[in-house]
Amino acid sequence: MKDKVASLLAQRDPAWAREFEAIIKAYEQAGGKADLLRVPKVASAVISSNHVLAVNLVEGVDIQAEELEQGVRAYITVAPGTRVEYPVHLCFGMVSEEGVQEIISTFDIGAGAEIGFVAHCTFPNAVNLKHIMDAKVHVGPGATMRYTEGHYHGPYGGIEVLPATHAQVDEGGRLEVEFDLVQGRVGRMEINFEVDVAAYGVAELVTKAYGSGDDEIIINEMVRLNGRGARGLTKTRAAVRDRATSAVYTTAEGNAPEAVGHMDCTEIVRDAAVARNVPTVVVRDYRARVTHEAAIGSVGKKELETLMARGLSEEEAVDIIIRGMLR
Amino acid sequence: MEKDNKLLIVENLWVQRPGTTVLRGVNLVIRETEVHTLVGLNGSGKTSLALALMGAEGYRPERGCIIFAGQDITSLPITERARLGITLAWQEPARFEGLPVADYLALGMKTPSRERIEQALEAVALSPQAYMTRAVDSALSGGERKRIELAAVYAMRPRLAILDEPDSGIDMLGLEEIAALLRRMSAEGITVLLITHRDEMISVADAASLMCGGTVVSTGVPDAVREYFARHCRPHGERLGSQPWGEEANGMYRRVVTERVCDEG
Repeated sequence: MKDKVASLLAQRDPAWAREFEAIIKAYEQAGGKADLLRVPKVASAVISSNHVLAVNLVEGVDIQAEELEQGVRAYITVAPGTRVEYPVHLCFGMVSEEGVQEIISTFDIGAGAEIGFVAHCTFPNAVNLKHIMDAKVHVGPGATMRYTEGHYHGPYGGIEVLPATHAQVDEGGRLEVEFDLVQGRVGRMEINFEVDVAAYGVAELVTKAYGSGDDEIIINEMVRLNGRGARGLTKTRAAVRDRATSAVYTTAEGNAPEAVGHMDCTEIVRDAAVARNVPTVVVRDYRARVTHEAAIGSVGKKELETLMARGLSEEEAVDIIIRGMLR
Repeated sequence: MEKDNKLLIVENLWVQRPGTTVLRGVNLVIRETEVHTLVGLNGSGKTSLALALMGAEGYRPERGCIIFAGQDITSLPITERARLGITLAWQEPARFEGLPVADYLALGMKTPSRERIEQALEAVALSPQAYMTRAVDSALSGGERKRIELAAVYAMRPRLAILDEPDSGIDMLGLEEIAALLRRMSAEGITVLLITHRDEMISVADAASLMCGGTVVSTGVPDAVREYFARHCRPHGERLGSQPWGEEANGMYRRVVTERVCDEG
């Protein structure tokens, strides 16, 4: 396996080097740490447009990537019982102004395995660009998968991002997903995430986005708590200003005894922006419990005045509060 | 201490809130580096005065003036007052999701330094190691949040720190630490206006004022003001904060008067 990685990294022609350098620069703009991509004990993959530029594997983690006409199909497999010490770093993106990138991925986390992923998706020059993600996630019995994905879409807002995920968490498994898009413009983003959770499994979805200009944020999340004692949480934080819009649709289903679900949504609205939150609670077993809380509005007066009493201007105070909420 | 060194002069301050007048001709003088306690029953106007001094929205005076360090700040917004060196620790401090304690303390500092932040946390008996990276959010208890608010004020090194009941919700041992911090602030050149209900804290002060019915009715030596407060004030005789005087006071009700400094045009 490691020989394969070495051979991939050794395939360095000038075109490869230019593309690699460009995507790594963009990766750092998105908050990625490029140095980690060169550490042998950190598994990683670098994908630019439909090119798989680099893959590094560690024991128990396999990444098979296939280049498609407009993207990449990737199979990420973690062997049962594997405990991966360092998170796998993934870099997706395009440095061109226009185009389409489609990432079709399958994550299969074996029983009892434990692994984290840190993904950065970067489109720093997007003017007319579409990024489609279609992911299938399987977290095996007793396994844990932590996945964080940070996006950077540049300053122009000319991008459409359409990530769709279906996840299955088996008995006693745990899936934690955090998605954030809080730097630069959003463009149009529609997240669709569905997760089915078996007995005593846990799913936690955290989504953070900051829209400005005429950005459009749509978040659809569905958590089905199908097994006894399954637990689910959706936590959504969105801030919109100018003429941006955010619409958060979350559904939690309590379909089994002792299933516990909670949806927590906070949205901050400024200027002529519009925010919407539509939580749906479905309970099919009287022993399940599903709750939700939502707060939409401007920044709290007391929070604002507290920071202004430290010498910050109103604009600075609002920015600190929003950045904190989205941190 | 230079007794004539007046840092804050409040003259004939009136503040109206929807449906009620919360401050009725407040007169108050606070001198450089003194710890000045403000006592009074609930509803007597202490917090309203604190908010008016800070310039909070809804507490802009309709009459009277506030002079700070020789400058009329009556119409200045909060930020400008803060930049002149006034700050306020709210009675119920706000919480900030995702904002680490260290960053929160640094916000008010002209030159943020890790050393100063650690020093401020230690001054309120919080371990920097345990608290620097924690968020100033609802995971903190009320007492922890109060201490962090005090630490933030101390870290800022304001000229005037208005502390609205920093001692409420704090255990007895914590009171000693807060009292020590107040003295330390004063020694370091920070003037403190302390709103409190605690006897122990009144003793820490250099001067004290008593509020009643939206105005300051007595200013003097802390022990005398405390004794007067304890002996004569009766809660809620007519309406909240309006009747702190027992019959034994023989109708005594004196508004503290200062020299005219306002230009009321």
